[in-house]
Amino acid sequence: MPTRILIPTPLRVYADKQDVVEAEGGTVGELLANMTARYSDLRKHLYNDEGKLRSFVAIYLNDDDIRFLEKEATPVKDGDTVSIIPSVAGGVGS
Amino acid sequence: MLTLCADADAGIRRHGRETYPHECCGALIGRNGRVVEALALPNTTEEGSRRRFRVRPADYRAAEQRAEALGADLLGFYHSHPDHPARPSQYDLDHAWPVFAYVIVSVAEGEPEALTSWRLREDRSAFDEEPVVIEETSCQPEF
Repeated sequence: MPTRILIPTPLRVYADKQDVVEAEGGTVGELLANMTARYSDLRKHLYNDEGKLRSFVAIYLNDDDIRFLEKEATPVKDGDTVSIIPSVAGGVGS
Repeated sequence: MLTLCADADAGIRRHGRETYPHECCGALIGRNGRVVEALALPNTTEEGSRRRFRVRPADYRAAEQRAEALGADLLGFYHSHPDHPARPSQYDLDHAWPVFAYVIVSVAEGEPEALTSWRLREDRSAFDEEPVVIEETSCQPEF
């Protein structure tokens, strides 16, 4: 059964302007891989050159950050919702 | 171009004054490039709030939900640069997202001054400044 993935505003342009997409997969990592296979322009905003999730992106399974679960190996079950949440940060100087 | 209704402009400047010498931050909510609400958010950085801001994921989600409740869009975010120009830093660039407007207000010795807006280039190489129009009237959603 496909899982709902909520797309944040700045990335919707890379997902046919949808705020929700569906993908198949047994883990969060599989879901994201299947999603980016379909919407390839999302890839550069979610993954770094080494193919790892960018540190500026948080992935939530329902209300929990997967960094505090099993990261991309976190299993998903029917009815779960995955959210992509951009880390918004900045400030003066470096 | 980004348009700020009078209340949104005043809200950003007031927030910058209140948090000085620390950075403030918040979300820009509106539609079609017109901001009708500047939603103040807590600065949750752990790197020193005189030089950094961070919006925690729960507040980001709340901003998206607030926009949806208004039948509007999340247009971007604002933050202040205490005693620094209203120009984005390399740190701002590193953390920027496409599509969003990034509004910066310079706060010099506690008083808000220049307010600018910036958008990330598609290749992430730089920001481009965009004109900002401040409306004289208070915020009336037109959608």
